[in-house]
Amino acid sequence: MAHSPITIPFEDLPGVDPAWSRFIQVEDADGIRRSFHFLDSMAAGSETARLTIVCVHGNPTWSYLWRNLLALAPSDVRVIAVDQLGMGYSERLEQPRILAQRIDDLTRFVGALNIDTPIVSIAHDWGGPISLGWVECELRCDPSRIEGVILLNTAVHQPEAFKGPGIIRLARARALLSPVTEKTNIFVRGTTALSFKRIPKVVQKAFAAPYSMSSRRTSVQDFVADIPFESDHPSRSTLDAVARDLELLINTPVLLCWGPKDPVFSDLYLRDFIERLPHAQVHRYEGASHLVSEDAPNLFPDVLSWISDLGREQKINNGNLNDSQLVDLSTQMRVSARKFPGSAALVVQGKSSGSLTVTWSTLNVRTAEFSAGLAAAGVKSGDRIALLIPPGPELIALIYATWNIGACIVLADSGLGLRGMIRALKGAHPDHIIGIPKSLPIMRALQIPGIRLTTSKLSAIRGVAVPNKDTAHSGDLLGAVVFTSGSTGPAKGVRYTRSKIQETVNVLTRQYNLTENDVIVAAFAPWVVFGPALGIASVLPEMDSSVPSSLTYDHLVQAVNRARGTLLWASPAALTNVVKTSGQSDTTNVDVSSLRLVLSAGAPVPRSLLLQVAELFPTASIRTPYGMTEALPLTDISLDEIMSSESDHGVPVGMPVSGVEIGIAPLSNPTEFSNQPDVVGEIVIRAPHMRSGYDHLHFTTKSADLFPEWHRTGDVGHLDPKGSLWVEGRISHLVRTSTGVVTPVPVEQRVESIDGVSQAACVGVGPDGAQVVVVVVVCEKKWSELELHDAVRTVAGVPVAAVLVTKSLPMDIRHNAKLHREKISQWASKKLSGAQ
Amino acid sequence: MKIVITGGRGLLGSTIVRQLLSRGHDCVVVQRTPSAIPGTHEILQDLTDPDCTYSWLAGADAVIHLAAKVGIVGTQEQFRSANVVATSRLLAAVREQGIPRFVFASSPSVAHVGSSLMGVGATIAEPDQVRGWYSKTKAIAEREVLAADSSQLSTIALRPHLVWGPGDTQLIGRIVQRAQAGRLFLIGGGFSLIDTTYVTNAAEAFVLAAESPRAGSGAALMVTNGEPRMVRELLERICLAAGVSPPTRSVSFRAALAAGYSVERAWKSRESEPPLTSFLVEQLGTAHWFDISQTRRLLNWKPSVCLEQGFTELEHAFATRS
Repeated sequence: MAHSPITIPFEDLPGVDPAWSRFIQVEDADGIRRSFHFLDSMAAGSETARLTIVCVHGNPTWSYLWRNLLALAPSDVRVIAVDQLGMGYSERLEQPRILAQRIDDLTRFVGALNIDTPIVSIAHDWGGPISLGWVECELRCDPSRIEGVILLNTAVHQPEAFKGPGIIRLARARALLSPVTEKTNIFVRGTTALSFKRIPKVVQKAFAAPYSMSSRRTSVQDFVADIPFESDHPSRSTLDAVARDLELLINTPVLLCWGPKDPVFSDLYLRDFIERLPHAQVHRYEGASHLVSEDAPNLFPDVLSWISDLGREQKINNGNLNDSQLVDLSTQMRVSARKFPGSAALVVQGKSSGSLTVTWSTLNVRTAEFSAGLAAAGVKSGDRIALLIPPGPELIALIYATWNIGACIVLADSGLGLRGMIRALKGAHPDHIIGIPKSLPIMRALQIPGIRLTTSKLSAIRGVAVPNKDTAHSGDLLGAVVFTSGSTGPAKGVRYTRSKIQETVNVLTRQYNLTENDVIVAAFAPWVVFGPALGIASVLPEMDSSVPSSLTYDHLVQAVNRARGTLLWASPAALTNVVKTSGQSDTTNVDVSSLRLVLSAGAPVPRSLLLQVAELFPTASIRTPYGMTEALPLTDISLDEIMSSESDHGVPVGMPVSGVEIGIAPLSNPTEFSNQPDVVGEIVIRAPHMRSGYDHLHFTTKSADLFPEWHRTGDVGHLDPKGSLWVEGRISHLVRTSTGVVTPVPVEQRVESIDGVSQAACVGVGPDGAQVVVVVVVCEKKWSELELHDAVRTVAGVPVAAVLVTKSLPMDIRHNAKLHREKISQWASKKLSGAQ
Repeated sequence: MKIVITGGRGLLGSTIVRQLLSRGHDCVVVQRTPSAIPGTHEILQDLTDPDCTYSWLAGADAVIHLAAKVGIVGTQEQFRSANVVATSRLLAAVREQGIPRFVFASSPSVAHVGSSLMGVGATIAEPDQVRGWYSKTKAIAEREVLAADSSQLSTIALRPHLVWGPGDTQLIGRIVQRAQAGRLFLIGGGFSLIDTTYVTNAAEAFVLAAESPRAGSGAALMVTNGEPRMVRELLERICLAAGVSPPTRSVSFRAALAAGYSVERAWKSRESEPPLTSFLVEQLGTAHWFDISQTRRLLNWKPSVCLEQGFTELEHAFATRS
């Protein structure tokens, strides 16, 4: 059918090269010649492609969605972005088309292009099932033709008991369908207007350009009508077939890129894809919405890097344990239950000197009961259980019960706050959730397909313990996803396989010569979790575990005294309060001589604090391990070593613990690393107990794994000639001046050495590469402005543009011990910019 | 080398001339009133004079063009004549006589279109967007000078920011005067970070630019001390050096700006510079500091006198004067 398309207003389409625009006539199943419009990055035809990316848009967008992919593609990659019939600048249709026809149209369109390279498909929204239908067709003929499949916020299936996206259902309502989608441009405009980040007006206009008149929007309406919510919908069987045949993709690399703020294709749909395509690599662009490629500017560069890595992906194995080996995390707990059934496994110190003791025998039985109960309630190996429970017997028994059935725990630090926890848990896709009654708002905010239980109803999952049940599972099975708060951006879920958890237990045992005679005083949550795996009793001092600084001296010594604690692990914030409250203590003559080791971890610790702690616990050696959620501990240093080291070159964190390797990637050339002394750069580590990756953040893991098997810590520091590590700050806190890079910690240490200055933060102000150093100080005395500037400049060792005085410096929310330099820098920058 | 300097009487001009002389150059100084620097060849000439001749250019290796009309008092025509027309004619004469190098003294204000500038380099001059006849006419002239860059004539524009030093009547003199009269205020607490340039450093940049025949050809370069400071610190140090009490009172930026505008309006008919202008308020009330790494690289220049030394020199000068 002869058809003259309307003129394409290229001047109104920012980002589109008019040379990309092409038309092709393709005969459809009814023998009608249809005019397809498409964008082709090699429309000129002079270049030769090694690979072709075929892009399929959804409704109501058009090939404009892919403009940046065309612009960014390397010269040997051809990008073809089709306008589906009735959409964009392709021919308008007389009749609605159902899914099967659209798949057939796409297959014919690709066929007509005679593509002779391997193909990668990428699709968004309802382009997903259409694209997948065609891909499956290709795979049936020639499994080698499709090199990779990329999906952006789409669906092939309505998850059970879910009636479909509310907004779409609304638009589908008979009375609204035509007014919303065809008669007006509400649907067309709404798609770009609803985006999380504000899409520029010109871009919004460009998205709507082909749908200016209602006659050009007929297919927008037909598309919405073709969504098979109902089981007897004409497209339902096709959609089900597309979903079923996803098994054809078993050997095809798949990438799922998701904008989790999508009101249409929520995480539920992503989860559905992950279940159907367990080998898929997943990246959730936190904060991005439905038009994920508009909201996440990194998406297309990420996609292209994924494509260029195709065929080169290798399995990274950075552990000593063979991942396929069986790991049983309850072995030590059972040993202890056999050897000391009546001894305490866990002592929880309560109010008014009361306490709760759980014996090894009880803990072991309780764990077995929960295992049986969880299994009976339908929890399977590989499932994820979010546990929103403070440290205590229930949490411990549930954790080991989860591990015993091969499932994975999801833990989110309550320091993230309500919103942060909800966001984190949404992203982790827990299948089940068990939490204290206080966590009900979080539980309600999540769509949990499985068990949803508060601890008050825990008896519901107490089954009959099956003795001697084998609880070993493959080491490469995910054991934990842990969210801790970073100082910037949303929390990332850190993945640990069972082998990595076991390795962490092994490292702790080796490093601190732990034996069954030890008793841990756990004021730092991870230790509570590890106690049973270590086979060591734990005592929890009375404190609010989500507020480290709630630990008092009295409560601590009571805990040590009652359980004859040998090992104390606490955060600096907790220790600070212990020292502070020791003066007003009414506890006298309490014997704390059982304590042999005090570990302070989580953040840099001031020397003065460590000295005060040493005074309180004269029998204990004081040590501070260095590590992070991704691997703990990495290095370790004693108080004596700290006191004998210099105090103006950074924070000394000591020698690597056994099995840990440390490298420094120089700031000038961060593409390689060495262990040369005195080179300042990013600290990279390799350790058997290092995390296995970030959860649903494929590209974050990739960038942290810049060097295969090694983890970039984001910390900057150097090794001294003895091989001991020094930390000088976060890489994101470096001050990048026009004459070089300044690491903040040494400057802060020097400024804090001034009498009358109690705390200092060294931050950069200005654009990267032209920043100047600003020092923000908290003072103990009244300074004259010039004297303070002179004093700071004399010791700083770097040019200082300004010294600002403040009453207190913001700390990160989690530890209350790390300077929040981003915030300080923003504050200083605003102050120093003068009036706006 | 034989080097022609226009407008060599001010603080910057006279420092440049002295530096050139001490480095053994032949200096021809062109201006309206005698500068009386020993060892120079002075030509008394008004460059805005339509009958101006340029015979004194003959045989020069470089021209440093400083002469300009500054400030805010004057008509558009006066500014245009002094800053655009005079420059344009001088440039034509330079080209005609085959002189290989033209160094143009510009100003950061030619590209100042926003309120605060933090760590930026020399962006392009924007005559249509900058405020005030001085900035507009200097921007037009800078564009013409840089566009004239060719294989025969190498042109460069230097933009020094707030030049000061002993004997400076413009910046230092006014601050001290106002402080003495108790009329020196901080604007918005005086926290805005600003760059200044000690006169020796600024002069050295001009000397290097004149001496190196093609360095930074066709470029505009920022010249500062590379040591931005809060206005409050600068004012306090200047007052300290001059032995006057530093400002203690502060007014809000908005109030100061409003005052600046009304003073400007009230002052319109007078011949002298108004005591407060909106331009001055913006200069002192918002951040103005720059990235000078390109200048360092292209001219192989670096600030040789740091601020601390500068203030010591200033203090010394005030001490010997009194």
